[in-house]
Amino acid sequence: MSPLLLAQVALTLFVFVMLLSSAAVMVYVERKVAALLQQRLGPYLVGPKGLLQPIADVVKLMFKEELRPRAADALLFTLAPIISATAAFAAFAVVPFGAETTFFGLLDERVRLQVADVNVAVLVIFAIASMSVYGIVLAGWSANSKYSLLGGLRSSAQMISYELSYGLALATVLLVGNSLSLTDLVNRQAGTWLGFIPRWFIFVQPLGFFIYMTAGIAETNRAPFDFPEAEQELVAGYHTEYSSMSFAMFFLAEYINMVTVSAVATDLFLGGWHGPLLPESLGWIWFLIKVAALLFFYVWMRWTLPRYRYDQLMAFGWKVLLPLAVINLLVTAAGVLYFGL
Amino acid sequence: MDTPVVHHGAMFDTNELVINMGPQHPSTHGVLRVVLRLDGEKVVDADVVIGYLHRGIEKLSENRNWTQIILLTDRMDYVAAATNNVGYCETVEKLMSLEVPRRARYVRTILCELQRIASHCLWIGTHAMDIGAMTVFLYAFRERELILDLFEEFCGARLTYNSMRIGGLPLDLPPGWDRKVLEFCSVMDSKVDEYEELLTHNRIWLERTKGIGVISGKDAVALGLSGPPLRGSGVPKDVRKDEPYAAYDEMQFDVPIGTAGDTYDRYLVRLEEFRQSLRIIRQATEGIPEGPIVGKVPRLIKPAAGETYHAIESPKGELGYFIVSDGKSTNPYRFRVRPPSFCNLQGLRPLIRGHLIADVVALIGSLDVVLGEVDR
Amino acid sequence: MLSPYIPIAIFVVVATGFALFTLVFSGLLHPEKYNKVKLEPYECGIEPLTDARDRYSIRYYLVAMLFVIFDVETVFMFPWAVIFDKLLLFGLIEMLVFIFILVVGYYYAWQKGALEWV
Repeated sequence: MSPLLLAQVALTLFVFVMLLSSAAVMVYVERKVAALLQQRLGPYLVGPKGLLQPIADVVKLMFKEELRPRAADALLFTLAPIISATAAFAAFAVVPFGAETTFFGLLDERVRLQVADVNVAVLVIFAIASMSVYGIVLAGWSANSKYSLLGGLRSSAQMISYELSYGLALATVLLVGNSLSLTDLVNRQAGTWLGFIPRWFIFVQPLGFFIYMTAGIAETNRAPFDFPEAEQELVAGYHTEYSSMSFAMFFLAEYINMVTVSAVATDLFLGGWHGPLLPESLGWIWFLIKVAALLFFYVWMRWTLPRYRYDQLMAFGWKVLLPLAVINLLVTAAGVLYFGL
Repeated sequence: MDTPVVHHGAMFDTNELVINMGPQHPSTHGVLRVVLRLDGEKVVDADVVIGYLHRGIEKLSENRNWTQIILLTDRMDYVAAATNNVGYCETVEKLMSLEVPRRARYVRTILCELQRIASHCLWIGTHAMDIGAMTVFLYAFRERELILDLFEEFCGARLTYNSMRIGGLPLDLPPGWDRKVLEFCSVMDSKVDEYEELLTHNRIWLERTKGIGVISGKDAVALGLSGPPLRGSGVPKDVRKDEPYAAYDEMQFDVPIGTAGDTYDRYLVRLEEFRQSLRIIRQATEGIPEGPIVGKVPRLIKPAAGETYHAIESPKGELGYFIVSDGKSTNPYRFRVRPPSFCNLQGLRPLIRGHLIADVVALIGSLDVVLGEVDR
Repeated sequence: MLSPYIPIAIFVVVATGFALFTLVFSGLLHPEKYNKVKLEPYECGIEPLTDARDRYSIRYYLVAMLFVIFDVETVFMFPWAVIFDKLLLFGLIEMLVFIFILVVGYYYAWQKGALEWV
């Protein structure tokens, strides 16, 4: 096996493990940040400062009885969490998280820090984001429980509604960056304007960033758009009937989706691994910082804002965000034409 | 079972989805059961089913002596137990024409108002949580805890106080208690502002509550609503003003009323009640007179034959007791409670008709029902 | 050189394998003491009166149909956006015409009440 291939396999496994642990870390961070905002302690008993809490959670879920309603469709019911988790993982495969590197001279050739360097990465992300709806819809449908069904229907309608704005926001970035490859797009954001403003697309596309993040939050079903699982209305939405590890799969998928949306936002709008002070080989540190900041923003939103009502959410998606995204696209096109970015 | 059909045109007829919300549901405030008939997200009609927490308190009371009933009243509105105690004791005092010392009346006023704040804390927490603002819940419970501490110091209990006796109080105030109450008042002032900051001008909160569950003053009266749901519709009715009990006739306070009669106005009314309650507590604590805590009460409580109705303003609305004594036995002949939650719950069905599922939980929260009191 | 899609496939296989493995592994660990009531679908402690798989509101379908129409348009915009620097004014005008047609449909759907929920 050539060292290059070996490096690729190692990288794949590494990304997989990192994604898994990022979900675990997010569970902990979510609870600790919530505790911070709510002036309480949060988990503190398991391990030092409660750091082992996510592990305890997983062990607990492992030993939980797995229930499947008698009237449920057995195949789809089992399949749904697997689809959810797989789609969540797969979306991250095309996300680059660092500059090309030789791993400190270990390799002769430079490899890119990403699982798959696809030249249509943006399209792949868009496609896989649509895939994740299946897991949720099937979960809602197969359980034959009304709360699950309502949650599943809600989420399908919500996710596909916001996917349009999500896609249009991505298209706007492509317009500015002229490429479908995330690595190329990130590299377009290197350097600065006037010596101090980083060439990040967020400064060219502030509205695009806003649309992307709003749609991204709705896509990942997070507060204030957490309708599919609005526990005060629909108990637990599409995963009402799930228990044990199949429930954990949905949980995992939600957190990994958050990480992916934040990582893509970092690559598209926040300059990816480009940043001052650090050399390019350590750019992944910048990448991590930016992703962490966006994730913190996610958690902060969740514990601060009330939830929209479903019709308001749909009205906002179709009547505000979608026209806004289209106008933004056209204005950007005109701008590119006029200024020749 | 066949479900009714909604017509969208010949090809698109769909069936209504009948769904049980409650009794085991995170936001029906206990064991309320609402059978919803849904067309998509919209509630076509609803049946409100109660009785899951029925313990027969009224019948039980007819087999207990007059003092033993006090602790049963604790179990009705268990988030505001002291108010229930006061209401019951005052009714028996009215039946027996007992004179209650002024000091006891002042302490009752303080306890009632502290209880109102504690109850409203629970309300704002759960109401906000129903609408998705989780953090307010923990903030409100932080303050409720302070009140429970005060109660614990006064009577030793934190939930079911049994804190009244017919004719006065079981115990005098612990030394320094009044100072602690005043300290609490100054803490609470800023906390109410804190809740307001999180919610009152929040766009999402406004969209979720404004124009939701509108009920006119006339309809509210017709439905027999009382308390904040009634005052939110602009009817200035408050037992504390209209028929003062305890020491309310000596207190200066305003009765806040709303205009639109929607969820937002009911929210504003309760928020203002926080402030008015603090105002009353300050006055009562500073002006608390010296003197005995129990009036002249016969050793054996045995009211003469007769009946009486007496109401007080509980945090939820008008809490009334109707008691009949036959004059022979040491227990009431008939014991009947008019619980505000039960009467306010009558408003739920007309309110939620035509709204969305998400509004159902918002409206249950805005009526602020406690199922222990509804079912008794 | 490997096709760039092979790593994605490997990644998907690893993820699916992981999901399957955890589900099976936890299946070996957890207790299984089922009874009739436990296997009822959850409906707040009440036995469900009706089957959940009934015909439900048409609005969800409407959203799905609108989505199919608009989502395909969105995908058309991707290649257009990438080569916009070559199309220039021609591309902009073309897209304006394209979006105009879209907007007509969008306006029609709006007026028909397809975007209303109550």
